[in-house]
Amino acid sequence: MWLEKISLLNFKNYEELELSFSEQINCLVGENGSGKTNLLDAIYYLSLTKSAFSTTEAQNIRHQAPFFMVKGLIHKNDHDYQIQFSVQGGQKKVGKNNGVNYDRLSEHIGSFPVVLITPDDTDIIKGGSEIRRKFFDGLISQIDSVYLENLINYNHVLKQRNSLLKQFAENNNYDSDLLDSYSDQLLDFGAKIYAYRKAFVSSFFPTFIAHYDNISGQKETVKITHQSDFASGNYRKDFFQTYQKDLVLQRTTKGVHKDDFDFEINGFPVKKYGSQGQQKSFVIALKLAQFDIMKLEKGIKPILLLDDIFDKLDDLRIAKLVEMVAHHSFGQLFVTDARPERTQTIFQPIEAEKKVFVIQQGTVIDESFM
Amino acid sequence: MEYPSKLIEDAVNEIAKLPGIGKKTALRMALHLLRANEERTQLLADSLVNLRTKTQYCTHCHNIADAPVCAICSSSKRDKQTVCVVENTTDLIAIENTSQFNGLYHVLGGVISPLEGVSPHDLNIDSLINRVKDLSLDIKEIILALSATMEGDTTSFFITKKLRDYPVKITTIARGVPIGSELEYTDEITLGRSILGRKAYEH
Ligand SMILES: Nc1ncnc2c1ncn2[C@@H]1O[C@H](COP(=O)(O)OP(=O)(O)OP(=O)(O)O)[C@@H](O)[C@H]1O
Ligand SMILES: [Mg+2]
Ligand SMILES: [Zn+2]
Repeated sequence: MWLEKISLLNFKNYEELELSFSEQINCLVGENGSGKTNLLDAIYYLSLTKSAFSTTEAQNIRHQAPFFMVKGLIHKNDHDYQIQFSVQGGQKKVGKNNGVNYDRLSEHIGSFPVVLITPDDTDIIKGGSEIRRKFFDGLISQIDSVYLENLINYNHVLKQRNSLLKQFAENNNYDSDLLDSYSDQLLDFGAKIYAYRKAFVSSFFPTFIAHYDNISGQKETVKITHQSDFASGNYRKDFFQTYQKDLVLQRTTKGVHKDDFDFEINGFPVKKYGSQGQQKSFVIALKLAQFDIMKLEKGIKPILLLDDIFDKLDDLRIAKLVEMVAHHSFGQLFVTDARPERTQTIFQPIEAEKKVFVIQQGTVIDESFM
Repeated sequence: MEYPSKLIEDAVNEIAKLPGIGKKTALRMALHLLRANEERTQLLADSLVNLRTKTQYCTHCHNIADAPVCAICSSSKRDKQTVCVVENTTDLIAIENTSQFNGLYHVLGGVISPLEGVSPHDLNIDSLINRVKDLSLDIKEIILALSATMEGDTTSFFITKKLRDYPVKITTIARGVPIGSELEYTDEITLGRSILGRKAYEH
């Protein structure tokens, strides 16, 4: 699968843009603030019907413009797909595939997979447990729709249970049968979610390790551990023993919504002790493992979007990454870099079709094969 | 929308408050009533007012009734040992129309949902428990026929817990693959439940 053409109208800092890409390696170079990340974001948008960075659609519309449009021509399994999304200020987003409107945009998600690696990804390490659960939940859901169903059900029961705990406190009453009715369901869905996550982490781990070892040159040992209240053989009993606490705090204090994934390098938490380069290597390995799993599930190589991937990495680690590229482990690749010479040095020796786009203030001022 | 008269506008606004009716349909209805015999409108209005003022709810099962006890509860032909618990009158009518059930009903008036502020006390759950408790009524089986939603399930769980100390059999309606539909087109959840809830093959 590959993106041959993109055209943008009023997307972020691009007023109007039309580009043809290489099927293999595309380097986007330019100064800070020129629009490299925005272009990657437009590609991300074509796959996931939303920006990876903006929280509202309004942020994607170029300042003072009335609408934006992102259009792409994608080739997949000998078929051509003209994909288009547009948002008119304040109106519903419209999505089209070969001229036919999507009834629901969710139909589109998953058809043209991309994996984006950005500097923001270190939030997976530095942020709260919610970000890590979201990362793994997203991955497991792609593999098994029943998991997603369980997750939705669990969250729904959780909301009802929390709302009930609040009402108990407000009305100063308590009905253990009613609370039990929610607890039982929460434990049933929770046990399934726990089992899924546990199984997933153990199948994901070897893939992750392989990538980390490769990038780091096997200098460090890494580990991912799934933490859960459900890991205890007594989780049912434990759960019912927290009723008092739940009633006081008016929320559910135990369950898979509290699960976490501990990341370690050489036996110490990456969050606290990992260097910036180690943290970066860790998330790159996580994302490359994600790439492998998606490739396996969908039977096609996702488009790989690498934003400022070389910053903070030492020469050895960069060389390892480039080696993977050279061995054609990936499909189509987009790489941004604020330093054109570095990109030149890194990609020059690789035998592949390479195209360089020089970006300046929302326009491409030069494009050439390397 | 612009209306030629305030009277029409008022009527349209009221009619459009009914479920499933938009302003356009409401306008068509209003104009239709104006064209038809005046008597027709009078009959319609009377029937609506009567519906609202004279309808009673059965003191036993909370079904809509013309008398303190509904036609089903007072019928001598019904099996009084089996009570089917439903969410609302619409569901009761649906089950009645199958002609497959000859017992009594109990209309809850909704399902438990703390998020929407519906607690067990807002529903006719206490009166259901009292019916079961009343040994003179001799209720032997409670069929839970609630929607296959989380709220329906929770309500079923709750009722089951509340009735655990009474000598009554609790059953729930079967959920599964719709008749006449192909297995491969049945959604995973329904199909999964059907497999788990399989039963011995009857020859
Ligand atoms: N809706 C918008 N309308 C106009 N300009 C926008 C909009 N959103 C973002 N921009 C501009 O886009 C520029 C940022 O572009 P981008 O993040 O792609 O830069 P970059 O090339 O990746 O830079 P860096 O090397 O610093 O990562 C900023 O100057 C920002 O003001
Ligand atoms: Mg950038
Ligand atoms: Zn009755």
